Amino acid sequence: MTAYDAIFWFFSLALLLCGVLVLISRDAIASGLYLVLSFFFLAGLYVLLQAFFLALIQVLVYAGAIMVLFLFVVMLLDFRESRHWWHGNLLGLVGAPLAVAALAVALLPVLKRSGALAAAPEQWFEGTLENVMTPVFTRYLLPVEITALILLAATIGVVVLGRKEKQP
Amino acid sequence: MMHVGLIHYLAVSGALFALGLACIVLRRNALLVFMGLEMNLNAANLALVAFSRYGGHAEGQVLATFIIAIAAAEVAIGLAIIVALFRQRSTVVTDLLRSLKG
Repeated sequence: MTAYDAIFWFFSLALLLCGVLVLISRDAIASGLYLVLSFFFLAGLYVLLQAFFLALIQVLVYAGAIMVLFLFVVMLLDFRESRHWWHGNLLGLVGAPLAVAALAVALLPVLKRSGALAAAPEQWFEGTLENVMTPVFTRYLLPVEITALILLAATIGVVVLGRKEKQP
Repeated sequence: MMHVGLIHYLAVSGALFALGLACIVLRRNALLVFMGLEMNLNAANLALVAFSRYGGHAEGQVLATFIIAIAAAEVAIGLAIIVALFRQRSTVVTDLLRSLKG
């Protein structure tokens, strides 16, 4: 077992442990903090995959901006839901494993066919800023502009949704 | 023990997606449902980055970058909706939000 393997197992097991803790935590704030931690471990996996730019974005945007927004709203709303924190009904208990099993069945052919790809990685892609952003600003310039429009629409939408209701 | 390859990253991605799916189906708090959605998006990102690394092309990481940008917009809108919902109904428990209009 090389150092690479050891680091991979550490990051992935910590990531999945944090995911389980998000699922079973009663406190929404604790769930949010575990999700932040799991994003850090995911950034570690990105570094192992030589995706340095995405690891940076993961920490800055996801853990830094998106999750701060999440935790802000969780603390703002101040709800008390200590008793029924998850679906105790039959639908949830049967439906969740069924959904996961259906997903696994759907993904099995992909996993089987990925063996050919893993066997011969003759060329490795290194996810530096230059290597990732050059196609973004050349071949995929139109999607970038569309993304900018979507972000603008989202900003306007949040302003509209966040307005105070006018008293009749 | 076999060396870490593409299949290991895909397995971790699948497990993370399953956890997110369980979070969506099982939790009653709308914010936790939303967190499960984020876990799903990150699982997809991990699979894309792994394919990009082992396939030797940039497209996976480009798509992952776009997914992160769209996720930021989606989180802003979703949290605004949840806050508006909380203002109207004083709850974010999905089981108690049954009526479409009211």
